[in-house]
Amino acid sequence: MRPGRAPWSADEFLLLALGLAVAPHLFHLRPWVVPLVAVAGLWRWAVLRRRATAPGRLLLMAATVAVTVGVLLSHGTLFGRDAGVSLLTLLTGLKLLEARGRRDVLLLVFLGYFLVMTQFLFAQSVFLALFLVLAVLALTAALVGAHHPGGERCLAVHLRLAGKMLLQSLPLMVVLFVLFPRLPGPLWHMPADARSGMTGLSDEMSPGSISRLSQSDEVAFRVEFDGPRPKASALYWRGPVLWFFDGRRWKAGFGPRSDTLRYAALGPRTRYFVTLEPSNKPWLFALDLPAQAPPRARISSDFQVLAAAPVLSRLRYAMSSYLDYRTEALTALERRWGLGLPTGANPRAVALGRAWRQESGDPEAVVRRALRYFRDENFVYTLSPPLLPGPNPVDDFLFGSRRGFCEHYAGSFVVLMRAAGIPARVVTGYQGGEFNAFGGYLTVRQSDAHAWAEVWLEGRGWVRVDPTAAVSPSRVESGIAAALPAPDPIPGLLRRDSPWLQNLRLGWDFLNGGWNLWVLSYNQERQLQLLAGLGFGIVSWRELGLGLVAAVSALLGGFALFMLRPRRGGREDAPLRSYRRFCRKLARVGLERGEAEGPRDFAVRVAAQRPDLAVAAGEITALYIAARYGAGTEGGLRELRRRVAAFRP
Amino acid sequence: MSMNPFELTDRVVAYAGKVVLGKERQIRLALACLLAQGHLLIEDQPGVGKTTLAHVLARALGLAFHRIQFTSDLLPADILGVSVYDRESASFKFHPGPIFAQLVLADEINRATPKTQSALLEAMEERQVTAEGETRPLPSPFFVIATQNPVQQIGTFPLPESQLDRFLMCVELGYPDRQAERALLQGEDRRGMIEELAPCLSAEELKALQEAARRVNVADALLDYLQALIGHTRQSPRLQAGLSPRAGLALLHSAQAWALMEGRALVLPEDVQAILPAVAGHRLRPAARYGDLPRAEMVAELLQVPIP
Repeated sequence: MRPGRAPWSADEFLLLALGLAVAPHLFHLRPWVVPLVAVAGLWRWAVLRRRATAPGRLLLMAATVAVTVGVLLSHGTLFGRDAGVSLLTLLTGLKLLEARGRRDVLLLVFLGYFLVMTQFLFAQSVFLALFLVLAVLALTAALVGAHHPGGERCLAVHLRLAGKMLLQSLPLMVVLFVLFPRLPGPLWHMPADARSGMTGLSDEMSPGSISRLSQSDEVAFRVEFDGPRPKASALYWRGPVLWFFDGRRWKAGFGPRSDTLRYAALGPRTRYFVTLEPSNKPWLFALDLPAQAPPRARISSDFQVLAAAPVLSRLRYAMSSYLDYRTEALTALERRWGLGLPTGANPRAVALGRAWRQESGDPEAVVRRALRYFRDENFVYTLSPPLLPGPNPVDDFLFGSRRGFCEHYAGSFVVLMRAAGIPARVVTGYQGGEFNAFGGYLTVRQSDAHAWAEVWLEGRGWVRVDPTAAVSPSRVESGIAAALPAPDPIPGLLRRDSPWLQNLRLGWDFLNGGWNLWVLSYNQERQLQLLAGLGFGIVSWRELGLGLVAAVSALLGGFALFMLRPRRGGREDAPLRSYRRFCRKLARVGLERGEAEGPRDFAVRVAAQRPDLAVAAGEITALYIAARYGAGTEGGLRELRRRVAAFRP
Repeated sequence: MSMNPFELTDRVVAYAGKVVLGKERQIRLALACLLAQGHLLIEDQPGVGKTTLAHVLARALGLAFHRIQFTSDLLPADILGVSVYDRESASFKFHPGPIFAQLVLADEINRATPKTQSALLEAMEERQVTAEGETRPLPSPFFVIATQNPVQQIGTFPLPESQLDRFLMCVELGYPDRQAERALLQGEDRRGMIEELAPCLSAEELKALQEAARRVNVADALLDYLQALIGHTRQSPRLQAGLSPRAGLALLHSAQAWALMEGRALVLPEDVQAILPAVAGHRLRPAARYGDLPRAEMVAELLQVPIP
């Protein structure tokens, strides 16, 4: 090992590269893991600088046992994603402390590459990918450095060479990425603990659950419309339908499966593509009402689109919906579910509903009465409603606080309707979305989560009623940020007052969306789509494999030919190549250079025959002479190329 | 150097051009030969100004000048010098011959016997004289300008190839053109003019020019061309023997001197082509079955070699 005479030795650079490869784990692993590795790195650095001695064998063995036990204690296992990666990271740190020769350095570099891969088990964002490209570059430079023992060559040279190598491998990477046969499912199963912490709507709703969700700026899904975009007030993205109420919480019930959808379309079909972020839930969101289910999904009788299995990876599906519709008659089961209320709970609300029904026998008049009630009785739409811990939260809300978020309004409205004998249910989902002009798509975030109500009216079927709109019409027209009163705390990104910040966000979302669509969810379907676009119909995986081998061989063969090309066409003769091009251009206008004609003689002859070219030809010839027969400079060569390219005889 | 090489050499050329009319190209070649530190052979009919050219160059460069008229009875000692018994000191004293000069004009060198010729050529190559067991250095700079009558003339001993190779260049003067001849006929005596001229180049300037010539840049691409030329002479069926490595160096140094005189710091293929007839012409022999292929044709063949 060299002492730290030079400001950065190759070994110290390897430390930096490994640091880059490990750093993002700070966000994923237990908080003690990465700092411990950092300590090992600093120790190693001190050893390299001759300020400390490497730990002895016994200490290292003890440390190995200690970190293994530590991982075992904090994860309960040594296997699985988190525990496995933690152990690998920690042992890499310990390996640093016992690295001696070149073999160890090589091992560390390859461990570094592996650590880079493990990052993708936790996150796959563009930003992380770019950062890890940097880490790979640093590791490759360290690898180059390891092959130049002594480290006399400076780091800039190593970095440049590494960059060049990575660039050269780029075509190979693209070919492998595009052509490697994709399987319908994932190649390996992510360990179960990889799915913790997903946010999204659930099959339950209680006061506060949606307003909590609204604090999150995470993307729920993105939508590209095939045709004109419906107006904002029609963008109700239907999710879980909640039938069952226990006095406080609403729960979903999956309506019986129906093969034929019982509704009549009254308007044209709206077609669109949805790219859903993983939610670990089966709901596929669609506009009211979905026309047909995507593959491997079904539509329940209450018009929820349900995937066969929870969505664990980004999913893109084609959907179509009818925005104008009329559903058919109510089934007996639906009627029973749609009128069910827990006995004894929320007595005042139930009484109010019943009173309304007695006032007027017409259900539609009751609905209007309820909406007027919300509008006129001083209700406030807020993201931070007071907690309602009492046994009758609907009563407390309707007659007490009167401050609530959409789940309060939707929930209490359905309670009132059921009390009035009108079948009703709560529908949760998302409302609105943000149109991204960069990508021409709509982004729907968790903050767009919404709950509304549906009532069944004779002759009209299920009708959507959004009591929140009665309280705060702008929620539906302009989105949540506009609807909330100013003092309400809104996550910074939700505020829409800074146009450039918003543009930045939309641009970033576009980039991220493209990354998600074309890189992360590049699956068999997209692969076949792409190949079809390139003119290769339906291909089997065998053909794909053959194509892959052929493309890689062609690429490597091309590289080999390029590397083995006659050396005469190399760097020194770059001026000659440019000059020959110049001569070819002149030959086309009848001025052919003799084989044994020197450049200056030729320039003189050109000037004599075509005085208009004299200056250009003279300058090019002078540059060529300087570059080929003198001590040419790189700048002169570039200028020669430029002039020859611009030369038009 | 007070002036750049280009201006200095132009001054010498203009100076000599006043005396030797209409022969600028030959004057330039002769000067390039001197700058490349080689010896010059001027070959032509008697009376076309060979001696005048040598004389004017010596004068222009301010060099100590001796002329040796070669005849068939000239002996080596007549050139190198001889020791004569000095009665006062009671010892032999060496009397240097005419070769002890900075510029020696060897007139009609092919009229002397081979023995005498080789004495001169040895001195040219070694730049020193060995006489009576003692080696004496020749002055510096040391140039020989030899003139030679066409070989066909009676009473000549043609120089063998090995000795021709010692001359860096061989220049043919040729008859003056009509205009120059008229001026010559009208003008005053050339010899008299030379006496009146003052040197236009100092010894330091000459030395600096010679050094500058050696520094003129020679790129790989130019060496490729030189090797292509030499390679051609060795393969062409019309030529008996190719150019020697010494001839290759001669081409290179002459081209450097020529480039310097053109005011360039790098050698171009054109420079090689310019000096090629003078440097290669006298070194080439036609193959036996091509008989007496004229020199000009052999050179023309070389000038067709493609520039890589």
